Amino acid sequence: MTLSLSLTVNGDRHEVHLEDARPTLLDVLRERLGLVGTKKGCDRGQCGACTVLVDGRRINSCLTLAMSVDGAEITTIEGVARNGAMHPVQAAFIDNDAFQCGYCTPGQIMSAIGLIAEGEAGGDPERIREGMSGNLCRCAAYPGITEAVRDATERLSQNQRKSA
Amino acid sequence: MNVFDYVRPASVAEAVAAASEGDAAFLAGGTNLLDLMKAGASHPARLVDITRLPGLDDIEFAADGTIRIGALVKNSDLARDAAFLAAAPAVAEALLAGASPQLRNAATIGGNLMQRTRCAYFYDPHSACNRREAGAGCDARGGDTRNHAVLGWTDACIATHPSDLCVPLVALDAVVEIAGPGGTREVALEVFHALPGETSAAETALLPGELITAVRLPAEAATFAPNARYLKLRERTSYAFALVSAAAALRIEDGRILEARLALGGVAAKPWRARDAERLLAGAAPTPEAFRRAADAALDGAHPSGDNAEKIELAARVAARALALAAAGTPERMPALPGSVFAPAGVNANGGSVHG
Repeated sequence: MTLSLSLTVNGDRHEVHLEDARPTLLDVLRERLGLVGTKKGCDRGQCGACTVLVDGRRINSCLTLAMSVDGAEITTIEGVARNGAMHPVQAAFIDNDAFQCGYCTPGQIMSAIGLIAEGEAGGDPERIREGMSGNLCRCAAYPGITEAVRDATERLSQNQRKSA
Repeated sequence: MNVFDYVRPASVAEAVAAASEGDAAFLAGGTNLLDLMKAGASHPARLVDITRLPGLDDIEFAADGTIRIGALVKNSDLARDAAFLAAAPAVAEALLAGASPQLRNAATIGGNLMQRTRCAYFYDPHSACNRREAGAGCDARGGDTRNHAVLGWTDACIATHPSDLCVPLVALDAVVEIAGPGGTREVALEVFHALPGETSAAETALLPGELITAVRLPAEAATFAPNARYLKLRERTSYAFALVSAAAALRIEDGRILEARLALGGVAAKPWRARDAERLLAGAAPTPEAFRRAADAALDGAHPSGDNAEKIELAARVAARALALAAAGTPERMPALPGSVFAPAGVNANGGSVHG
């Protein structure tokens, strides 16, 4: 029996047909939609490399069955730049040297976007570290990541003030 | 992962019917179930996706003070709910001390009660495990046992229940609301999880097809809000399961403890309510000596299930420190590191040293 689901990914609607319900959201993004920016690290919810936003909230796409998010709006790393301009979190990661090999970076950036939207960490480095604890970095770029999230939080709140 | 039948019922009655036959499992956040299925430790023939069921994702505050938490409320949403945080701060602290932000955004309250042990031998299909296969034996015995039980274990099983959330919930007399083929019923959380028997079979009070629909906190829970904490000792500062943890809640008046609540995590196959300790504290002055006596009473009967004797003293110290932190007062703002032994003490910090 073929199963069908519909996903809106980075604003584009996709109809996906599955042989059975086993594929995770991560598998569908990478293998069916060709969006390989979202990484398969541990595939067990431990490393955070697969972090995406589902209806605006950060989750581990490796522990989410695609069928269970039928109809949802998904944002991946491919969808955060606007009109060729990097997202402020992307820019802050570059400016603050927040990665080395880059493998965990899409997940780090999606997690940081989720954290900033949650609005609880502010500029407190300890709350930022705790809020980013679901994303591992084997290169240990953690000081740069913490600084990038703090910097991006500041940039985004300035943008908000400008547009207010 | 095995191939499975996938169904998405539209009502609780349909969900219960779909799960009543064969080897079925309910799917909510999936953060534990999919992990177990990927490991090959769990292989249900049918997944009943309950994520769309209506009416199970509300946090209701009744006029009489009862709080009813729908089974599909996400961990992060409950922890962030301002009214809930004000009424049950130790529960919110436990929620935020568990897992990672991404997992808390997916994981549900009902699923938290139903999560399986994190015993590495349970997770590994190549290890003998009486929980996975009754009578198979237990490779955890003689293995790496720092995450294993020191209370209520048997030769058949030394696993612990990994929940943080359940520890303050059991201290605050939470009740589990259940829908099943025979209608609805309620079970006190204190008796919801089973200690292992000689063969270690049933893990919870749920019968085939039964679904948790809500968890309820009685009105008295909020009377402990000014003095309630959760403290969790783990091998790294965040995003790790508890070695040992404790939820402590006190009602203090005129320098005396009117009523105390204490529960331990990471020490048994269920969240461990320490009623003897609570009795010792009723009427006592909130002193470090009284807290240590109560903590020792909480660990009465504890014995190592392997190379983990240190957990008994660790649990006593964490319990005593959680009581001291509760007595010092619930912090006005959630600590940056919820439940952490590295977080500063409460508003009137007076002790709470983990080194007794």
